[in-house]
Amino acid sequence: MSRLQTRFAELKEQNRAALVTFVTAGDPSYDTSLAILKGLPAAGADVIELGMPFTDPMADGPAIQLANIRALGAKQNLAKTLQMVREFREGNSETPLVLMGYFNPIHMYGVPRFIADAKAAGVDGLIVVDLPPEHNGELCDPAQAAGLDFIRLTTPTTDDVRLPTVLNGSSGFVYYVSVAGVTGAGAATLEHVEEAVARLRRHTDLPISIGFGIRTPEQAASIARLADGVVVGSALIDHIANASTPDQAIDGVLSLCAALAEGVRKARVS
Amino acid sequence: MTQTNLRNGPDANGLFGAFGGRYVAETLMPLILDLAREYEAAKEDPAFKEELAYFQRDYVGRPSPLYYAERLTEFCGGAKIYLKREELNHTGAHKINNCIGQILLARRMGKKRIIAETGAGMHGVATATVAARFGLDCVIYMGTTDIERQQANVFRMKLLGAEVIPVVAGTGTLKDAMNEALRDWVTNVDSTFYLIGTVAGPHPYPAMVRDFQSVIGKETRTQLQDQEGRLPDSLVACIGGGSNAMGLFHPFLDDKSVEIIGVEAAGYGIETGKHAASLNGGVPGVLHGNRTFLLQDDDGQIIDAHSISAGLDYPGIGPEHAWLHDIGRVQYTSVTDDEALDAFHKCCRLEGIIPALESAHALAEVFKRAPTLPKDHLMVVNLSGRGDKDMQTVMHHMEQSKQEKH
Repeated sequence: MSRLQTRFAELKEQNRAALVTFVTAGDPSYDTSLAILKGLPAAGADVIELGMPFTDPMADGPAIQLANIRALGAKQNLAKTLQMVREFREGNSETPLVLMGYFNPIHMYGVPRFIADAKAAGVDGLIVVDLPPEHNGELCDPAQAAGLDFIRLTTPTTDDVRLPTVLNGSSGFVYYVSVAGVTGAGAATLEHVEEAVARLRRHTDLPISIGFGIRTPEQAASIARLADGVVVGSALIDHIANASTPDQAIDGVLSLCAALAEGVRKARVS
Repeated sequence: MTQTNLRNGPDANGLFGAFGGRYVAETLMPLILDLAREYEAAKEDPAFKEELAYFQRDYVGRPSPLYYAERLTEFCGGAKIYLKREELNHTGAHKINNCIGQILLARRMGKKRIIAETGAGMHGVATATVAARFGLDCVIYMGTTDIERQQANVFRMKLLGAEVIPVVAGTGTLKDAMNEALRDWVTNVDSTFYLIGTVAGPHPYPAMVRDFQSVIGKETRTQLQDQEGRLPDSLVACIGGGSNAMGLFHPFLDDKSVEIIGVEAAGYGIETGKHAASLNGGVPGVLHGNRTFLLQDDDGQIIDAHSISAGLDYPGIGPEHAWLHDIGRVQYTSVTDDEALDAFHKCCRLEGIIPALESAHALAEVFKRAPTLPKDHLMVVNLSGRGDKDMQTVMHHMEQSKQEKH
């Protein structure tokens, strides 16, 4: 079983949802970002999404755009992001880690080399925003053949006709983008999320994580009652943006992570 | 003559050879598939074609003249030079050809809100124009650097009722405006039609924009036949994203005797790294929905383009150009800011035509090439836009070079 499968199976056993956290690699600097990454599991993150910085993050809102700019300003690149994963894995062998980003840096790095290096570094899965199933041959197929999960985004615009195309070739979990929009935008209603989860369940047995617009422990808890995973990104990154020292950034992100984790853990008890 | 069929692309997946495709977020995929279906249907619909022809004639002012540039020809002392006068179109550039086509499609699809990106502002003005004509809401994304250097066009868009949203991100140029328009589109998928201004973006945009712009080349073919009784020997056009060039080139791709030259913006010179020549100074990658040649560093990060001409200031190029470059059918050259400015001044004085700085790049290539060619060589240059919008930029440069001389 892959690390993602194991983790979602464990949590199902415990009857709780996963807290999936997103931060951008190298934001605001390599060392601070690595300290955050290393601290996330103890702060309650069950699955980690690590953003690969890109100059043109077309599907991201202002918070993650700025995170990309900070990381690139600190000279982060794909090789360093993979190095960061290697360093994280030295102290953690259980927490699944998924790289998320856009295709061009991977394309430039070279797909076969990227897959080999990501696998060797301890990456478990990939989310590549601008590679729809129409381009499966470019990265999704070879990545899965090498044992990396390929996690797809499904959205409110993915109708029942298209859903099988999107889910075919998905593995690890399904990431439901609950609002049509960019990251960090407004949240969907619980009715919408409930309906969407029910619809997805008719098409797949994969765990379903919900993201976009989830900022507080309360919101995380209410989503955790409906889905298998809750993704939080922009709200965590805001703590990096607002920090005046590296320690503040680390404390801010990890404190919010802990509060979100508590929300997720209590969700189905009460 | 054997048919080489270079005009049949793209394939069903939107690929021209290895270039093109649909590299977009899933939120947009259903829309893009829907748009492709609607466009295929509209293309075959006689009512749509008739309406398009009507607006091209009575609103845009087509056909645009194919003008024998006698003084330019004398000055160069070689090839016989014809100018395809796209700058005489309504709104002053070729951009309107595509905007009319897409707005009719948007209306057919029941969309109420139009968004677009703009660099020099010509596409923004053309979009605002057709949105006003059809009573649709219009939002234009424009980088802050471009707003600064193209204030007249910003004002024109506002007069036409469009909302112009400044984009601060990146260097505040066309690429950043396109990112922001894509973000708007994923947020407003149901109501909004994204009116892309060039032959780039996810399929079907490169093919659709090319088709709407191909009227340039089709007219040229007929007009030159009438005036000279034969095909041209060469075609020259400037390239940013590449829509005016593709419009002129496409109808001639299968005519092997026609030499085709695309002119990229070399900015301060390709060797300086400050340029916008994606084919001559870039490598293949994926951005804004398509695989094409891009200016990027060795980590796949996009490098900001530089050109004196805001309309060429883009780090990518339409995928069909990338393919034509790859197979060698079209020759892609480049000219610097200074060469373009020099050609700009010559065109003003020799022909009494103030060209857009974009089109001045094509003219600069003509000044290099025409003198070396025989007098019976027929060369057609796409004069894609007029230069009224560039007064400030040119004035600024003239003052600068005056100061440097002192």
